[in-house]
Amino acid sequence: MTEATPSNLIVEMQGIVKRFPGVLANDHVDFELRPGEIHALLGENGAGKSTLMNVLAGLYKQDAGLIKVKGNRVEFSSPRDAIHAGIGMVHQHFMLVPSQTVTENILLGLEDPRFFMRLTEYDSKIAELGERFGLKVDPRAKIWQLSVGEQQRVELLKMLYRGANVLIMDEPTAVLAPTEIGGLFQTLRAMVAQGKSVIFISHKLQEVTAIADRVTVLRRGKVTAAGVPIKGVTRQELARLMVGREVVFSVNKKPKQPGDIILEVKDIHAENDKGLPALRGVSLNVRAGEIVGLAGVAGNGQTELSQVITGLRKCKQGDVILNGDKINNRNTLYGIQHGMAYVPEDRTHVGSAPNLSVTDNVIMKKYRKPPISKGSLLDMGAATSFAKELKEAYDIIVPTVNTPVRLLSGGNLQRVILAREISGQPNFMVAVQPTRGLDVGAIEGVHRLLLTQREAGAAVLLISEELEELLSLSDRVYVVYEGKIMGELKVESTEADSDQSLIEAIGLMMTGTPLEQIRKEGVAAHG
Amino acid sequence: MAESTLSKRRIPRWRIKIEPRLDEPPAWYPAAVSLLAIILALILGGVLIAFAGGNPFASYAHIARASFGDLGVLSDTIVKATPIILTALACSIAFRMKLWNIGAEGQFIMGAWGASAVVLTPIVAAESSRWLFIPVMVMAGMAMGAVWGFIPGYLKAKFNVNEIISTLMLNYIAISWVNFWVFAVWTEGGFQMSPRFPEAAWLPRLSQYAESIPLFRGLTTHAGLLLGIAAAVVLWFIVYRSRWGYEIRLIGDNPNAARYAGINIMRNTVWVMMLSGALAGLGGMSEVAGVVHRLQTAPIAAGYGFTGIIVAWLAKLNPLVIILVSVLFGALILAGREIQPSGVPKMIQGIILVCLIASDFLLRYRVRVVRGEEA
Repeated sequence: MTEATPSNLIVEMQGIVKRFPGVLANDHVDFELRPGEIHALLGENGAGKSTLMNVLAGLYKQDAGLIKVKGNRVEFSSPRDAIHAGIGMVHQHFMLVPSQTVTENILLGLEDPRFFMRLTEYDSKIAELGERFGLKVDPRAKIWQLSVGEQQRVELLKMLYRGANVLIMDEPTAVLAPTEIGGLFQTLRAMVAQGKSVIFISHKLQEVTAIADRVTVLRRGKVTAAGVPIKGVTRQELARLMVGREVVFSVNKKPKQPGDIILEVKDIHAENDKGLPALRGVSLNVRAGEIVGLAGVAGNGQTELSQVITGLRKCKQGDVILNGDKINNRNTLYGIQHGMAYVPEDRTHVGSAPNLSVTDNVIMKKYRKPPISKGSLLDMGAATSFAKELKEAYDIIVPTVNTPVRLLSGGNLQRVILAREISGQPNFMVAVQPTRGLDVGAIEGVHRLLLTQREAGAAVLLISEELEELLSLSDRVYVVYEGKIMGELKVESTEADSDQSLIEAIGLMMTGTPLEQIRKEGVAAHG
Repeated sequence: MAESTLSKRRIPRWRIKIEPRLDEPPAWYPAAVSLLAIILALILGGVLIAFAGGNPFASYAHIARASFGDLGVLSDTIVKATPIILTALACSIAFRMKLWNIGAEGQFIMGAWGASAVVLTPIVAAESSRWLFIPVMVMAGMAMGAVWGFIPGYLKAKFNVNEIISTLMLNYIAISWVNFWVFAVWTEGGFQMSPRFPEAAWLPRLSQYAESIPLFRGLTTHAGLLLGIAAAVVLWFIVYRSRWGYEIRLIGDNPNAARYAGINIMRNTVWVMMLSGALAGLGGMSEVAGVVHRLQTAPIAAGYGFTGIIVAWLAKLNPLVIILVSVLFGALILAGREIQPSGVPKMIQGIILVCLIASDFLLRYRVRVVRGEEA
């Protein structure tokens, strides 16, 4: 890499300050981007990464500080200005029209074509552009037909078509399945090879170390490491720069003898929302006082399984047995009334009512029974004191329990949901991706709460894509692939990194190799 | 360096900044904003009146006098507000669950028909007492309204039929239905109206008590107001203090969360639409028994159901606030008859609406004046 003199920097941000009511999101932040590099912007949720990049992309106006592109001072008042200067941002939430084709979405808002839409001509142009950067998408496909990964490629193409030289990717992997992440990384490398520059926003250390050339770390709106070459730092150092303290990657799990079988799932078959088979004969069991992990690449039936267990989805065949009672295809209420807790995958769209207060959200499963209910009326006094109790016990940071939960951060909202579910003293809990999108501190809290459940003798089914999380918390791990269980492994060691063969075996199972086959071939001598 | 000082000069000394609110405003804030919006609307309306060559102060004074000036017109204002209270309550409970019931008009008309049927069929003998007539009419009006709410509710729950279309269409059916009965069955001498109800089937008016309280002489306010206020209080308790109301609020805010909490959405859809219809039907009963005293299409189908939609929104679906907003609308309807040209109160009504709806912006965003580079 050439020595960085001001003239060959493609983007320079100096002393950027951005305030929001009550928050100093960026406090005199400096940032430099060289041509042809992948520069990671690392930090916890709320560290100011997205804010800084929204300033660069023309969405926000900085309160102070200046931006230079190729050495020239620029003032952006809209994303259109930014894209004129060659800076394009791909947001976490895509901005696409589902009923239109890829080409139509890419052309949307452009001057050309004006009246006559000879789309076929543009189709081939876009296909060509995709070819160049390894972004394979059918230009004539409608957006709704595409997977999330493909939609992300369309967003990238949109920026490239508009002539972006600097691509800002805001947590691009958050929406992707692990298999799609590899594809994205290849694309990013292809773009860099052709002279583009990439800013990669993330709070995941593994990803940053895997893809970036240099890294800038933000903590609470301030730079703690500026443009450090990735080869010169360890993950531990980065973690410390990010959170300001050493992060313990292992948890304190005490050995425990599991009890009786609480939940048993036998040969479940179910369909997904599109009517295609999602589960093809899943069987597993969870015992009292153990955490059982379900590993797998997203979209292999995990969501559907959690819904079948909790009664939100009908199964076509098979049995769900809770405490010895068959509960398959009974309504959700049955599970709620029989000690089942459920931490859903989607905190905002399923797990909470955003405009209702913390109180209204924590009584969601308790309002039918005294003391919260008084006949057909609600005792709001009892509800409020219950909410206040939970606020104290679970460290929910919120001004009052009357605050609508939409104003809570992701970690706090997850604490509200966990508080609600755990306070029901469940004997069985399904937790789906309970730490997704949370920062390191909040993740620790969630892990601790799950372990407390295990210690209290509850059976916990933990569905997660984070292998590290599964290995450090679970007593046993099942691996699911295309709606079938590939195998079951015991987790003896609490040191996740120490058991390389275990990880290897799970990796193979996640991509479709059954455990028996692995054992036969002796790939992993575990068992 | 020269460049940076140049750019500094370009930054204006102060500018207005609009930011989304990240916290909840204090409790008094929404009310204050609404009040300011109404004052602003009156100023804007005054400017327009002045441009049209009128004297804004005189016009406002006249409007105020025409709707609140003395007990007589105040009473008339309340008579106009009564049906609006009930239709607005009907809309508010459906809207709370995000069921877009725009069929309060039809449910109101069917309620009027149901109450009339009690008198005209007759279900209750003509010489019965008020204590028999009124409760039976109330029940019949609410029941017919509930039926008119059940149809779209059931279609929505069972077959996912869009309730906006079905409730709108049912309005026309209701009008035709009443037209048929007043033309063909209950017609009085071929006119498009039924015979007058016996007095026992009238909701008592204040003027009936003028002998003991002289102040009530000539006042047309009837017991429908009490029905409206009682309904508002009951509805407030249902929404904010009952298990059912909690379910309704939860479904309205996030149906997925409601399903997750084990709540049966289909059943609630039907029940809420029936309650909504019953409230509008009660409004129809109150109008026919309190004001018109006979079944007749034109004064019944006067658009109260549609005004109720607006009032419900302006009151932010709060049952108690609905009473206040309804009185304001009753006043504007009444002033429309008093002021010439009658377009003026309508125009003011429009300006108030626009200002109130626009003021909602201030609840979601914060506007600040910022000096120079400082934020």
